[in-house]
Amino acid sequence: MKHANGRVLAAVVAAMALLAMVSCSKNKGTNEESNAAETKAAPVDMSQVGQVQGTVNYDGQKPAAKKIDMSQDPVCAKKGENTVESMMGNATGLQNVFVYVKDGYNGTAQAPSTPVVIDQEGCRYHPHVLGVMAGQTIEIKNNDATTHNIHPTPAADSGNREWNESQGPGAAPLDKNFGRPEVMLPVKCNQHPWMKMYINVAKNPYFAVSDADGKFTIKDLPPGDYTLAAVHETLGEKTQKVHLDPKGSQTVQFSFGGAGGAGQ
Amino acid sequence: MICATLLLLVAGGLVTSNDASLAVPDWPTSFGSFHMPRMTGGVLYEHGHRLIAASIAILVFCLAVWTWAGTRQRHLRTLTALAAAGIIAQAVLGGLSVLSANWADPRWRLALATAHGVFGQIMFCLLASVALLTSRSWQQEPARTIDAADAPRLRIWTGLLVFMLFVQLVLGAAFRHVWTKWGPGTGERMEAGRIVSWFLVPHMLNAILTAAVLVVATVMVMKRAGGNRSLKMPGMFLHVLLLAQLLLGVGALLTRVVWHMDTPQPEGPLIWTTVAHQTAGALMLLTATVLAIQVRRASPLAAGEERSFHKSPSREAVTV
Repeated sequence: MKHANGRVLAAVVAAMALLAMVSCSKNKGTNEESNAAETKAAPVDMSQVGQVQGTVNYDGQKPAAKKIDMSQDPVCAKKGENTVESMMGNATGLQNVFVYVKDGYNGTAQAPSTPVVIDQEGCRYHPHVLGVMAGQTIEIKNNDATTHNIHPTPAADSGNREWNESQGPGAAPLDKNFGRPEVMLPVKCNQHPWMKMYINVAKNPYFAVSDADGKFTIKDLPPGDYTLAAVHETLGEKTQKVHLDPKGSQTVQFSFGGAGGAGQ
Repeated sequence: MICATLLLLVAGGLVTSNDASLAVPDWPTSFGSFHMPRMTGGVLYEHGHRLIAASIAILVFCLAVWTWAGTRQRHLRTLTALAAAGIIAQAVLGGLSVLSANWADPRWRLALATAHGVFGQIMFCLLASVALLTSRSWQQEPARTIDAADAPRLRIWTGLLVFMLFVQLVLGAAFRHVWTKWGPGTGERMEAGRIVSWFLVPHMLNAILTAAVLVVATVMVMKRAGGNRSLKMPGMFLHVLLLAQLLLGVGALLTRVVWHMDTPQPEGPLIWTTVAHQTAGALMLLTATVLAIQVRRASPLAAGEERSFHKSPSREAVTV
């Protein structure tokens, strides 16, 4: 009897320890507080700011976009053809490259109060690559007649938190944010495994995503010496040093692909 | 029930291979309710897996109640009570692996999903043991074809085989879940090379050792089996499974690691080679467990050994 009581006590203690461990690690909500958002923004002299614009090119023949089979869900299949979005853009331009000031800007900036929007339509994410400031609200909408789940998987050491929520047709938008800078944070839908997108969480507002021509513009950048980085979801990162004079304008070019290019 | 449990293992494998484990983000409800959701996309695999699991849980509870009501055999009562407790534990592990996607430390999800995969196969072997111990052949006097001098050695080798297959299962499950949740195509939270060297290489090295242990153990048993089919059949079946499993392992390696790098979604060859590899592994663990039990049964009784393990004294036990 004594032994039995001891075993029961040990089991209760073990269960409580497990519960304590689990509850300690549980989520307290998926909206995060940002260091960047908390600090007071340093004023930028808007009379001196300039801009950096440029193009991201793909050297050589782009691989053909792979076709996606959406027959798993009739609602998606009805939306027509879908292809992988990683190599989009015109003949030479590379779309969906995130270009940002990686180094050189030491000021602080407050996250804008206006949200950025992710739309789920045609069983795809729009946009495929998104730039957002740490702490800025991301409004996630579902315009499909099917349920999606939104599942960001941040890097383990990023300080951002993984979460997974479903959103039915006509459901209210989800408002989320990420508190720590992170580049190419993958987001997927486990109901439709082809649905993938990337969120780039920046610590400053100086970033852009290349368009179908591979063009990008980073506006209102204070004068200074910067390291600019261009990141592609599968081709990796290229960097360039840029000097910007007061009210100046600089043009840079990044090249990805087999032939290399101006970027390092 | 064994066939249904095998089906459940296949369904579980399809969930992982289709990257659908989080298609339903809550548990024990599905999308906040117990009603049937729309069975499309990943929901078909995840909710389908839950439905099969719930059906098997009901069968296991019925089995436990029936056994406790119908027999006083301690080992059967213990096994069925363990099965009933195990099915609850397995459901909780599966549920927590879903919920852990929202926890702060992402390693919980890896650990829980791996534990869920491993524990599922332990349950498979446990239920198979109940089926064996309640089978018609178990009611008959066992053919004690193994000499007293050979018995300890055979028990050690067949026990070692079960242990090696279990280690192989843990390494395989860990690789599968780390690769699909942290590997390429998921933001590569862990470098592909690191996943391979930490989990896949040990899995492959252990496969060679396990294959060697399997051949030694089964040849030793079959040489001493005489006309005892309960020893010969599992041995022969293990040889067939080993060959199939090695081929499926190469197939899974090619489709998962070598060819899958750039596909937009899980494709048929990847899904079926990985699920078949996992299922063949489960069948190997089960067959090795049965062989270890049969070796024990075919060994001479040691002094003071409990007889009930070797022969079921009555026909009152349930048939699984």
